[in-house]
Amino acid sequence: MASASQGNNATAAQFAHQMRVSEKTPAAAEKEASVRFEISDLNFYYGSKQAVFGLNLKIPKNKVTALIGPSGCGKSTFLRTLNRMNETIRNTRVAGHILLDGQNILEMDVVKLRRRVGMVFQRPNPFPKSIYDNVAYGLRINGYSGRLNDLVEHSLKRAALWDEVKDALHKSAFALSGGQQQRLCIARALAVDPEVLLLDEPCSALDPVTTAKIEELMFQLKDSCTMAIVTHNMQQAARASDFTAFMLDGKLIEHNETSKLFTTPQDPRTEAYITGRFG
Amino acid sequence: MSQARLIWRKSLNAVMLTLTGVAAFGVVSILFLILGYLIWNGGRSLNFDFFTQLPKPVGETGGGMANAIVGSLKLLFLAALMGLPVGLLAGVYLAEFGGKMFTFVIRYTTDLLNGVPSIVIGIFAYTLLVLPVKHFSTLAGGLALAVMVVPITVRSTEEFLRAIPGSLREGAMALGASQWRTIATVVLPAASGGIITGMLLSLARVAGETAPLLFTAFSNRYWSPGWSQPIASLPVMIYTYAIAPYDDWHRQAWAAGLILLGLVLLANMGCRLVLNRRGMTRSV
Amino acid sequence: MSTTSTTLERAAPPGAGPRAFVQRLRQGDEVAHVITLVFAAAILLITSLLVYELWLQSHLSRAKFGWAFFWTSTWDPNADDFGALPFIYGTLVTSVVSLLIAVPLGLAAAIFLAELAPRKLSDGVAFLIDLLAAVPSVIYGLLGIFVVVPLMRTVIGPALKSVLGALPTFKGPNYGVGFLTAGIVLAIMVVPFIISVSREVLLTVPRDQREAALALGATRWEATWQVVVPWARTGIMGSIFLALARALGETMAVTMVIGNNPKVSASLFAPGYTIAAVIANEFTEATGDLYLSALIELGLVLFLMTFILNGLARLLIVATERGGGHPA
Repeated sequence: MASASQGNNATAAQFAHQMRVSEKTPAAAEKEASVRFEISDLNFYYGSKQAVFGLNLKIPKNKVTALIGPSGCGKSTFLRTLNRMNETIRNTRVAGHILLDGQNILEMDVVKLRRRVGMVFQRPNPFPKSIYDNVAYGLRINGYSGRLNDLVEHSLKRAALWDEVKDALHKSAFALSGGQQQRLCIARALAVDPEVLLLDEPCSALDPVTTAKIEELMFQLKDSCTMAIVTHNMQQAARASDFTAFMLDGKLIEHNETSKLFTTPQDPRTEAYITGRFG
Repeated sequence: MSQARLIWRKSLNAVMLTLTGVAAFGVVSILFLILGYLIWNGGRSLNFDFFTQLPKPVGETGGGMANAIVGSLKLLFLAALMGLPVGLLAGVYLAEFGGKMFTFVIRYTTDLLNGVPSIVIGIFAYTLLVLPVKHFSTLAGGLALAVMVVPITVRSTEEFLRAIPGSLREGAMALGASQWRTIATVVLPAASGGIITGMLLSLARVAGETAPLLFTAFSNRYWSPGWSQPIASLPVMIYTYAIAPYDDWHRQAWAAGLILLGLVLLANMGCRLVLNRRGMTRSV
Repeated sequence: MSTTSTTLERAAPPGAGPRAFVQRLRQGDEVAHVITLVFAAAILLITSLLVYELWLQSHLSRAKFGWAFFWTSTWDPNADDFGALPFIYGTLVTSVVSLLIAVPLGLAAAIFLAELAPRKLSDGVAFLIDLLAAVPSVIYGLLGIFVVVPLMRTVIGPALKSVLGALPTFKGPNYGVGFLTAGIVLAIMVVPFIISVSREVLLTVPRDQREAALALGATRWEATWQVVVPWARTGIMGSIFLALARALGETMAVTMVIGNNPKVSASLFAPGYTIAAVIANEFTEATGDLYLSALIELGLVLFLMTFILNGLARLLIVATERGGGHPA
């Protein structure tokens, strides 16, 4: 797979796609893409300090939603509430409703939730195991035993890593480069076939070429997987997402189709941020 | 994923996590059990006589362990005198002067010496100071303990010296201080808190050692003036009395155990609290 | 160039001036370097002397028995016939039994302290456990004699016999002293080391390893056992080696509860002997040079065991760091 030409194709297709979407009104576009996550009146506390204030957001199905905002605005915190990862920190409290396909995730079994909502972290964090075992890990704990080889191959292909590692599956994951490790983590997350994939600044530790590869990946995965990505990089949000939500000081300021938000922001604060006046 | 499998995984989760808590609780309980037993049994047997009287002849009840208390102090004194300077200066060498190869050799040897069982060190001191003169002595016991003090002190001295940032040294040298003067007047004082506590911890450690004394200092039911006679010590007395068939001696063994443990634990707690407050890492 | 008298008076006294000053500085450094070097070398001297003396003083015994010393099981002072087997056996058996008890217990406790307990509780308990590590051996011996031995005789022994009495390891009369009792006392002594070191290593495992496992839908236990603990395995192995080294050389507590019987027995209830215990008990009673020499040879054997263990532990660390290890 010549990634350069593929990349070009992907970018072109992406662009065309966004052009198509922007022809519709925002409400219609959102309705057409049905909703995967429905967040209403979300408040989040670290101890006594509130980090998220009354957040209302709908994350559409099979689209990429980007969360942008300055450091400390609460976007990562918010992302982590979607798979209840904040529960690993002591003294945190969630109030409000988060519905995944209509079910309240706060009442759901957390293990089941996390199988359906996967996560890719800021720094690649493969397990100290072989490439194969990393991808197979999620499958093994969930009891899939039969067609492991096929599922591992499938996940690695979805993460566009298969060709690079197919002859070295038994090698340690640490033998891979940073960008490859991150794609391995994506493959690992994809292996359990999540409905949603949460990405917390997945490219911040990677170089531009690898970043492009991962954005390309996201475009290809979109059809089978809803994605929410926190990013510091506005250009990335503009390139790779369908919808963008801008957060500031724990509040959601504006949420719209990406092209709309970046060309005609409604809120002055949004405009200030995306034009670089602060952030 | 089946519901049954999920239930199994969750049950396993609950069981295993509970077991780890039980294990932790169990281990801590052992400490309290030890203390409790000693306080109960030892406390009952402690009296003024214990601290002031000499042991009575075998078979008679009563008496005390005054000579053993003094004996332990004398042995510790010798261990400190012979062992601490070696440990300190060797630690300074390793942290400040050492060349790569030699440092590796010394460090390896220190670790090796640290791992030698205390009874073998007792044999060593025996061959050096008991065999040639054919009698046990305080000096031999002190030497055995000193040999044990050295590796512990070297390690902690080196560790605390290395923890002093290079910027402090550079500041002194930039003012024109020579290397040794920097070490003596800036680095060592800065690390002194940790180094001294390390030394105290090493002494606390050897204070409780019995094996190396069994055939160096041996034991004594009377006072032993000077340094060339066998001498009683708390740990050896505890051992001797515990394995004897007399109940009265068992009582006294508990009492001595309480004193010994109390002193060792107090020294350890004090030192570790000081280190923690200064934010220094501990080396077990 | 002034030629006033003050300038002449201020002319350099012998030995002064910038070059001489620096030389003196350097000499101070040289002296300090040499002094500390000598003391550092003293450690080499002590250790070499120790090995030398062990070797020298065991000469008689080595000459008489040769390699057969290692597999002869007689220990007969009257006939001047000595063999190390019962003691090597006893040392190994008690150490292995102690590890079998202490490792699961210690690792479980370390996991609790590192993963589950709130930080303050974890630090507090760790502090207490470090204190446990400082308790002198003879105190454990006291507890061994007056607590564990009666317990073994009245509770633990009968319980084991009723369930596992068919096994050869649990046959025979139970006097309360013996291999198992010594193993239990040793386990209590080494468990603090395992907990202390393992806990510290577990605390250094990066958060996102655990989070990655949880994000895949693992339960807390699965994340801990399958991801966090393997990450820390080098350190944990190190703690086990440390514990084993301590167990091998432990003298007093073992001497007080092992039963002092120089025989190889299959049953854990049987009284036995370890190298350290026989030296402690019989050294001062050794009549005759051969007897003493045999005991010193046993000391040499014990030294070699800990020396090899030390070397293995180091090799383990190097090997894990080089091969499939992780960037940590």
